[in-house]
Amino acid sequence: MTREIERVAQIPVAQIATIVPIMLTVGANRIVPGVAIPHPVGNPEAGPEEDKKTRRKLVLRALKALQADISEQTIFES
Amino acid sequence: MSYRVVCYINQFYGGRGGEEVADFKPELVEGPVGPGLELQRLFGDEARVIGTVICGDGYYAEHIEKARAECIKIVEELKPDLFIAGPAFNAGRYGVACGDICAAVTQSLGIPSVTGMFPENPGVELYRAQTFIVKTENSARGMKQALTSMARLGLKLLKGEPFGPAYEEGYIHRGIRKNFFKDKRGSLRAIDMLLQKIAGQEFRTEYEMPAFKKIPPAPPIKDIKHATIALVTSGGIVPRGNPDRLRVSSAESYAKYDISGLNNLTPDEFESIHGGYDRMWANLDPDVVVPLDVMRELEREGVFGKLHPYLYTTTGTGTSVANAERFGQEIGRELKEAGVDGVILTST
Repeated sequence: MTREIERVAQIPVAQIATIVPIMLTVGANRIVPGVAIPHPVGNPEAGPEEDKKTRRKLVLRALKALQADISEQTIFES
Repeated sequence: MSYRVVCYINQFYGGRGGEEVADFKPELVEGPVGPGLELQRLFGDEARVIGTVICGDGYYAEHIEKARAECIKIVEELKPDLFIAGPAFNAGRYGVACGDICAAVTQSLGIPSVTGMFPENPGVELYRAQTFIVKTENSARGMKQALTSMARLGLKLLKGEPFGPAYEEGYIHRGIRKNFFKDKRGSLRAIDMLLQKIAGQEFRTEYEMPAFKKIPPAPPIKDIKHATIALVTSGGIVPRGNPDRLRVSSAESYAKYDISGLNNLTPDEFESIHGGYDRMWANLDPDVVVPLDVMRELEREGVFGKLHPYLYTTTGTGTSVANAERFGQEIGRELKEAGVDGVILTST
């Protein structure tokens, strides 16, 4: 889905998910590793504040990925 | 009585010349020509090659609809029982022409068709499901072997004989699975396979993984302050009660919800119906799957221009690659039309 949105619309797609090898396999180009499978963009186990902080950090990272000039599949770890 | 067979070959195998006559228009020659002579020998008395359509690769590729219609017209008048094209080996345009004319003949005349290609020929991906494509070498060195397999498969189709799996019959599988009983149960077969693998022996998987494609990255967003960003998820987040009946797994559809008036996804209004992960956290706060709360904050702070008013959602568990690709294409078209500049897609 990620790959086809990017291909058809010619706009960057940043995918946030936990299993990086799957994102690499399905052809995602801008990859942001998530926290956990049931909560990719949050850390609710650590309480509401930490949860929100984590989410904000990951979304900012995804926005950075969307602005990154890349030539191949790239994992944004920070 | 012997079956009637019509063949299709390009200008080169038809003896008309090479690239300089690639614009050769479809022409019928009576009886077998080129590879058809060997096919006739292999058929013996069981089938007769009554005619051969010769068409330039360039002509077919550049006027695909016209060339297809002209060829079909010629073939139809000959009333064949079987249609054979190629083999095209690894020749791209020839492969596409062979695949296309086979698919069209089978569809419009209701007769079986066979062609032959190297597995990497672009015609394979396009037409494998609509005709029978025998696996060949990448050049005419493999002609004899290719024709032997094509003739054997063709006769089986003519006689309506039962088929084994594609790899036994020598053609490239068409993505069709048949259910049948094996004498050994799955766990025993898996252990046999593992032992063969450890021993370095050849083994055959019973479930081939699909081959995924890669694409060059789209250009980055230049002006994030004025960019429209859309949220998409395969995490199964839907309005409570799942009004569009998205499937909990093996999704066959996606849905689109207006989030323009919302500052976050509350558990009173949204839930996860995804059948592939523990939904406890997502159902306490769907923002842990779709980060709407933070997106609104960043939008207000001016970090990016604006959030697209619609959330696209589906369930990405057990969903076929073909369906996932279709969702992506449809969503991609809509986002492009809406002028969206980038997407954040979350998956569970």
